[in-house]
Amino acid sequence: MGSLFRSEEMNLCQLFLQSEAAYACVSELGELGLVQFRDLNPDVNAFQRKFVNEVRRCDEMERKLRYLEKEIKKDGIPMLDTGENPEAPQPREMIDLEATFEKLENELREVNQNAEALKRNFLELTELKQILRKTQVFFDEMADSAREEEQVTLLGEEGLRAGGQALKLGFVAGVILRERIPAFERMLWRACRGNVFLRQAEIETPLEDPSTGDQVFKSVFIIFFQGDQLKTRVKKICEGFRATLYPCPEAPADRREMAMGVMTRIEDLNTVLGQTQDHRHRVLVAAAKNIKNWFVKVRKIKAIYHTLNLFNLDVTQKCLIAECWVPVLDIENIQLALRRGTERSGSSVPPILNRMETCEDPPTYNHTNKFTSAFQALIDSYGIASYREMNPAPYTIITFPFLFAVMFGDLGHGTIMALFGLWMILKEKPLAAKKSDSEIWNIFFGGRYIIFLMGLFSMYTGAIYNDIFSKSFNIFGSAWSVNLNSTGELDKELTLNPSKSDYGPSPYPFGLDPVWQLAENKIIFQNAYKMKISIIFGVFHMLFGVVMSLFNHMYFKNKLSIICEFIPQLIFLCFLFLYMVLLMFLKWMIYFATDDERLVEYSPHCAPSILITFINMVLQKPSHPPEPCQTANMYDGQTAIQDLLVYIAILCIPWMLLAKPIYIIHYQKKMNYSASHQQMQTATENGDAEQPMHNNTMHGGGGGGPGAGHQEEETSEMFIHQGIHTIEYVLGSVSHTASYLRLWALSLAHAQLSEVLWTMVLSKGLIVQGFQGGIALYITFAIWASLTLAILVLMEGLSAFLHTLRLHWVEFQSKFYSGVGHAFQPFSFEIILDSASQAPEE
Amino acid sequence: MAICGPKLSLCGVILSVWGIIQLSFMGIFYYFHSVALAEDLPGLNKEMSPEEFYLEVDKGYMQNAYNCWIAACLYIITLAFSGHQFWVNSRSSLRV
Repeated sequence: MGSLFRSEEMNLCQLFLQSEAAYACVSELGELGLVQFRDLNPDVNAFQRKFVNEVRRCDEMERKLRYLEKEIKKDGIPMLDTGENPEAPQPREMIDLEATFEKLENELREVNQNAEALKRNFLELTELKQILRKTQVFFDEMADSAREEEQVTLLGEEGLRAGGQALKLGFVAGVILRERIPAFERMLWRACRGNVFLRQAEIETPLEDPSTGDQVFKSVFIIFFQGDQLKTRVKKICEGFRATLYPCPEAPADRREMAMGVMTRIEDLNTVLGQTQDHRHRVLVAAAKNIKNWFVKVRKIKAIYHTLNLFNLDVTQKCLIAECWVPVLDIENIQLALRRGTERSGSSVPPILNRMETCEDPPTYNHTNKFTSAFQALIDSYGIASYREMNPAPYTIITFPFLFAVMFGDLGHGTIMALFGLWMILKEKPLAAKKSDSEIWNIFFGGRYIIFLMGLFSMYTGAIYNDIFSKSFNIFGSAWSVNLNSTGELDKELTLNPSKSDYGPSPYPFGLDPVWQLAENKIIFQNAYKMKISIIFGVFHMLFGVVMSLFNHMYFKNKLSIICEFIPQLIFLCFLFLYMVLLMFLKWMIYFATDDERLVEYSPHCAPSILITFINMVLQKPSHPPEPCQTANMYDGQTAIQDLLVYIAILCIPWMLLAKPIYIIHYQKKMNYSASHQQMQTATENGDAEQPMHNNTMHGGGGGGPGAGHQEEETSEMFIHQGIHTIEYVLGSVSHTASYLRLWALSLAHAQLSEVLWTMVLSKGLIVQGFQGGIALYITFAIWASLTLAILVLMEGLSAFLHTLRLHWVEFQSKFYSGVGHAFQPFSFEIILDSASQAPEE
Repeated sequence: MAICGPKLSLCGVILSVWGIIQLSFMGIFYYFHSVALAEDLPGLNKEMSPEEFYLEVDKGYMQNAYNCWIAACLYIITLAFSGHQFWVNSRSSLRV
């Protein structure tokens, strides 16, 4: 287990694997998940690599599995997910798997094809049945009205007038989609100039389209016409509208016979269809038992071959060479895994793991567990730490919930949040096994320890603020008593004034006195307290950040930065802002509430405002005390000390700005000088001095021009860089200190919002007179509780969380954290399988 | 017989557990005349004489204590109902 304070020490290693053992070794490393392989043939495109064939086969298997999965899902068969993790199969097992999948797929496809053909057949027969039934109705209608043939009724007078000519009417019958009917009718009318007669009836039950499986509504139609020309025209129109025509015998007896035949065929088809479905179901159920397992296996094989593609082939083709980043502490584990892999493959030659020297930046890898990983994720989403840089995560574990709680201080809301977090922690395993796709839930679940801690800390700060759903507990007895005022009456408004005799001898033992809850001047009192508290926390938080930069400089042996950056930064922050914090403590200690004329110097009337004092201190302006007070100072010699502090702090600015670049320039000049001096000496010592020296100077002179220009550019860049840093720090100290006031602002907002919610909702139920108040309370409580949850816990919690995150990312980490590293991405089956199972759901 | 879905019945369970705890505590605090809850008493106005005022306050405290307990009892009924619904739902989902 590495420490969380810095990222793991990494080493670039070369790995020699015997060709036969390579597969098994990589499989073991994938289970371990501690090795990041580098691509050794970045120029070779994906199709020219060594194991491209295997990868393609895996892709093909995966495609078949996906097809199977789709079919299984279509039938709603539950897929067995035992959560077991089979090892990557041997390469030779791949052929078995392939054969199995091939067989399954073919079987399934055949079954599906048959089923589709059968269904189409079934559809046709059902349509025919419907046609026969519906047309029977048409024919029956006509047969009723006259005993004669149908054309008599259809043609009416005209038919009779045509005389002896036998007018024989033809007809076609078919089925068409119901929504096409109006257009179809109009088209027929126009194309045949009204010489055809269309009857149609709707089929009540929807029919299933065999190719798409959708339910469609259709209508039966029958068209009467005269002559062959019209017949061809009508048929063409039917074709154009995708109507299916069915032969319909003219004689009623034939029709009856045909209907009988159709009915029996439908019966037969139904049994065959049922059997086909059964067979399909059996195949799918058998596949569903194994499909998750197969997916895991295939994905593992694919991942292994992908990794093997990154390797270099030795000249002799006998061994594969890999380069990988490895955490130094885990080399033992990796060696063990490699040995297991060799044993499994039955090879005799052990793999060789060779450490390499490199000047590349190693990846950043932090060992985390389920508790620390959430906090590390907060840091990483700002920027991955540079290699071996101080990791802010361990401090964040405490400061993050604490600063959150300062803003979210409420015992009630904190309890709700802590209970929610606790529930997620206790039910960790079943909840993690569920694997919900809901993104919001996953965020909550990932941050369950943060939520729990935030809840606990909020309970603590809530107890300090004495705030539970905007009400207070009076556990120890308030230190205040309500007395009559000078006119001998009770004040209408409760304003607490500590200088009167209302205030008892000793303060409330823990947190805020509960009576402030009812006082009119509560906000004024709390603001003074919370503002000071937030600035104090802020300055210490930033100071801590600056001290962290010292550890960074010490680790990287950067003495120059300690002298030219850390020390002036520390002085600047301490002499200005830590001094301000000291003044706050002084003010709390020196001044007290009194109406005594003799003690007016120590009364609130003469207490100087910290902010004004601080501004005057920086701007070098004299402070003017109000009338009866003699001085605006808190102690003797304050002005002189303040001036001294300001001057030193201002001196730190050029120190930060200039010291480092000037030193580097100076150093480089010295190096240049000594280098050229040495060169000269070696040249003169040489036997034939003249020629090479001449050459050298010529060369040096020629190369000096662009070299010097380059150097100049570098130094100007250095100055600009240092200037930006200095300005950022100096202005940042001011703005960041002010930024911590958000602790006070959000805390105030939260307290006020919860008070408003209480008085606007729950209080309405409490002030109902009589026993119906119980019912009113029942209703208002439900509304109040849901609003509390939605607005105060969820929304306010989110906003406090974001502000806390900002305080950490900007105000704290900007003091020491560069965050320009790249993350360690180990080759791990776990990660690959997770991302593969997430991907298709998106 | 399932009237509510699984989510609604879970909401009901959580809300009523919260309600029972908080309302019964509030009832106790009203019963002991907690100052923090003085702002939410029925039937008060500032024009009363002090004696009247104190009398009304005492009455209001007791009334509110009983009202809180009534509401808590109503939530016990809600809890029983939604708990039963939750049980029915979880059983029916197990059976399928």
